[in-house]
Amino acid sequence: MTARIQVEGVGFTYPGGVQALDGVTLTVEPGERLAIVGQNGSGKSTLVRHLNGLLRPSVGRVLVDGHDIRDRHVAELARTVGLAFQDPDRQIFAGRVRPEVAFGPRNLGRRGPELDRAIDDALAATGLEGEAGTNPYDLGYSRRKLLALASILAMATPVVVLDEPTTGQDARGVERIRAIVAGLAADGRTVIAISHDMRFAAESFDRIVVMRDGRIVLDGTPADVFAEGAWPTLASTFLEPPLAARIGARLGLGSTPTDAALVRAVGRSPGPP
Amino acid sequence: MTEAQTGSTVAIRLSAVRYQYAGARRWALDGVDLAVAPGEVVGIVGPNDAGKSTVCLVAAGLAPLITGGRLEGDVWLVGGPTSALPPHEAALRCGILFQDPQAQLSGTSATVWEEIAFGPRNIGLPREEIGVRVERSLELLRIAPLAPRDPNRLSGGQAQLVALASVLALGPRALVLDEPTSQLDPEGTRLVGEAIRRIVADTGAGVLVVEHKTGLLEAICDRVIVLSAGQSVAGGTADEVLADPGLVTVGVDQPPGVRLRRAIAGAELPPTVVDRVDQAILAEIAR
Repeated sequence: MTARIQVEGVGFTYPGGVQALDGVTLTVEPGERLAIVGQNGSGKSTLVRHLNGLLRPSVGRVLVDGHDIRDRHVAELARTVGLAFQDPDRQIFAGRVRPEVAFGPRNLGRRGPELDRAIDDALAATGLEGEAGTNPYDLGYSRRKLLALASILAMATPVVVLDEPTTGQDARGVERIRAIVAGLAADGRTVIAISHDMRFAAESFDRIVVMRDGRIVLDGTPADVFAEGAWPTLASTFLEPPLAARIGARLGLGSTPTDAALVRAVGRSPGPP
Repeated sequence: MTEAQTGSTVAIRLSAVRYQYAGARRWALDGVDLAVAPGEVVGIVGPNDAGKSTVCLVAAGLAPLITGGRLEGDVWLVGGPTSALPPHEAALRCGILFQDPQAQLSGTSATVWEEIAFGPRNIGLPREEIGVRVERSLELLRIAPLAPRDPNRLSGGQAQLVALASVLALGPRALVLDEPTSQLDPEGTRLVGEAIRRIVADTGAGVLVVEHKTGLLEAICDRVIVLSAGQSVAGGTADEVLADPGLVTVGVDQPPGVRLRRAIAGAELPPTVVDRVDQAILAEIAR
């Protein structure tokens, strides 16, 4: 149950004339963990809304599993691509946590023990197992966000898209989301996440795409995207590499996008002259 | 009574504060002590549900005044107890800013200039004074070029600066900022951080700021207070508190530099190598 995503020369202009995407081409292989970074307004959210058919390209095309999704309905695409919104309140509608999480998988035809297992697993992954009967609006913002994520996880789609999952989470919440991303990847599912958190992008993803003004300006591994040669491009969209990458460059150790990569590179280096 | 006791030298002070929301069974705050002097930036860190936003509401005089519920202990705002303040007076003494910049726009202004003038106009200031205050706020936050723009068509960082300018135009002596950068990209976060330091330097207001981004707090705060389960459990200079490994056990991330130095220290490297990396980290952070 995997699906390749191909975005081919996609441009998108909102009614009113704001051009949000301008010639975006991107292939995401099944099982990849892809982070999309860039300033507010660079087109990140617009791009991911094309992946489940919420938005349709003004030019270009989007293929899921090799098929142009032009004529496929959002409800049909929801079997393949699950999208957790940045704002959980745009997604949550049920009066209790469990029915909220059940809605998606039930719509996909799951029933009985299979449905129960999907719900239980999603609640456990998001740490909400004790809140099944709670009104979502009695949860704080950060836990409503985890609830919105649980609803998507329960649908067991081969592709999971997360729009700024770590926003508003404390250290433990971020840790939980990192574990969820790792778990999805271990299952061979594709994870695509928008983030402003360069550390999260560098540590939890194997590929990073940098967007600016509706275009992709960098696309590569964390080591590629945060290598010193890419810094001017990052700076052109007001992004800074993680601290570990800056220290690695300062010490002449090459591209070290994570703390762990820096520690390894320091361990290998011959030491001070 | 001494000045410290009457609170006339503090912008914000909470002493032995407990607060319970209307209808709630447990105390959202259960022993909070903190003080913010004029010209000082004090950060609050803590895990989710520690009571950070509630501290903001109490410190700004909105709880229990607007929210209801039950308050124990003393809350002082710019020289007087909030319990004695009528709501409009609390709003004039203390500005409050929330996470979502869009939610704070009046929705009735065609331009950023009009948006910032909205508050001063509402409190009935003379036309000339309104103009002076709007211009000053625009200049202080370095957003004069935005003045003619539509407030609904700004980036997140720009919108938060406009919201901050609108609060400033009321001339508050204290500011309470509840995760002002959580919706912002790194550039927006940097702009808001710089704006906070400029406001303090220029107006002498005292600022209380709640943030998950400890790297930002490290850069802008004089002192930091740790909140856990409704209690202030630690406090001190920003450097002290943010370098304390105990922070991690309450569920708060340390700033990137502190974390990285810890990773290096724990990697069993020769001391000379650790030292060289430490120097590089300190130099990079000071940059």
